[in-house]
Amino acid sequence: MKDPIIESRRYEASPTRLVVTLGLAGLLSGLAIVSAYEWTRPRIEANHASALREAVFRVLPGIVGLQRWAQRGGELRPADEDRAGERAIYAGCDDRDQLLGFAIPAEGAGFQDTIKLLFGYLPDQRSIVGVEVLESRETPGLGDRIYKDQAFLDNFRTLLVDPEIVLVKNGTKRAAHEVDSITGATISSQAVVNILNAGVQEWSRLLSATRTGSCGQTLEQPSPSGRNATSG
Amino acid sequence: MSRDGQNRRAYQELVKGLWRENPVFVQVLGMCPMLAVSNSAINALTMGLATFTVLLSSSLMVSSLRNLIPRQVRISCYIIVIATFVTVIDFVLLALVPDVHKELGAFIPLIVANCMILGRQEAFAAKHPVGLAAADAAGMGGGFALALFGLGGFREVLGSGSLFGVSLFGAHFEPWVIMLLPPGGFISLGLLLLVLNWVRSRRTQRSEDLVTAQGNPSR
Repeated sequence: MKDPIIESRRYEASPTRLVVTLGLAGLLSGLAIVSAYEWTRPRIEANHASALREAVFRVLPGIVGLQRWAQRGGELRPADEDRAGERAIYAGCDDRDQLLGFAIPAEGAGFQDTIKLLFGYLPDQRSIVGVEVLESRETPGLGDRIYKDQAFLDNFRTLLVDPEIVLVKNGTKRAAHEVDSITGATISSQAVVNILNAGVQEWSRLLSATRTGSCGQTLEQPSPSGRNATSG
Repeated sequence: MSRDGQNRRAYQELVKGLWRENPVFVQVLGMCPMLAVSNSAINALTMGLATFTVLLSSSLMVSSLRNLIPRQVRISCYIIVIATFVTVIDFVLLALVPDVHKELGAFIPLIVANCMILGRQEAFAAKHPVGLAAADAAGMGGGFALALFGLGGFREVLGSGSLFGVSLFGAHFEPWVIMLLPPGGFISLGLLLLVLNWVRSRRTQRSEDLVTAQGNPSR
């Protein structure tokens, strides 16, 4: 029979060897992770950009091109470069090079986690023309109907934001600033309405000071994946 | 051992994970992803394939390095190997299938903590040659993926009335929403375990009866 103590001594490694083994493992692991990251990064960034771009086109029906806008010197203007921590919105232009409206990212607390969405806003008419949920972890089958239920999404085809957006019981929508809630997902529906109200509140002052009109020469594509889009 | 014997051994290691020692239905391991992401067939399939890939790559790596890793630091080394493969898979999924990745959320990184994977390294890959370790990992990973996919398909059919997003029963079907919620995960897993254990115990019973009958010809 083998003596367990002698057996374990035989496998005893020096402290140096232990450190070197772990060090090597960490080094190789780091190399593998960094290479994988670098290799997939262009694709991941392109995916993000194209998902955002498609969402902008969906919430602003009728646009053919878009511009990235951000706050520069107290007012909103086209800003192609990305500054750290900056919040940007997207201006949509139609085929006659006229500025049609803005796609505004907004987020807030949902039932389970933060809901991130993008809404299309026409500052001249003070109305929302489309909503697209970008990220949410709402309950499957109930809360996730905020982006799966077409009847709920139809609320946002033309929705006035004045005096403010109000959630009403399903089937009782009468006025143009009311939203029919989803039966069984009142909290998630209310969350969407709250996020929209907060988003409008946050941007409307800056937007009302912004001249709308021609998109001008500055129409630029925000991402490499947007090259094939027609610009006005 | 002869070549034929080796092949048979590898085959046995491969199939044991699929049925006799299935990580989900027999060992009841990896329950966290099992219940959390089995709410649709595509989520379950992606998660199953990701886990399969991580287990297979880790077992290959651990088995081929088994004589170089000192036993005092073996667990740390296994975790580094597993975490590396999980991170790489995470990036690859994010690049290739961003929509599914979004649905799976935190559960891809959590593959690191799947006890089935670390368990196979310690119990098998660290003590066996590369070929057998690969067969064992493929069997266990395959068994896990199949179980996950089975549960995901079951829950999606009942909970959404569809499979891979394709509607099965038309507009008149009222989806059984609870099957998509966490309780539905427990209920469906319980039902599947019940059925499989029943099948298993009937098989055992039958073979025991056979042995008794053959062993006592005088009766």
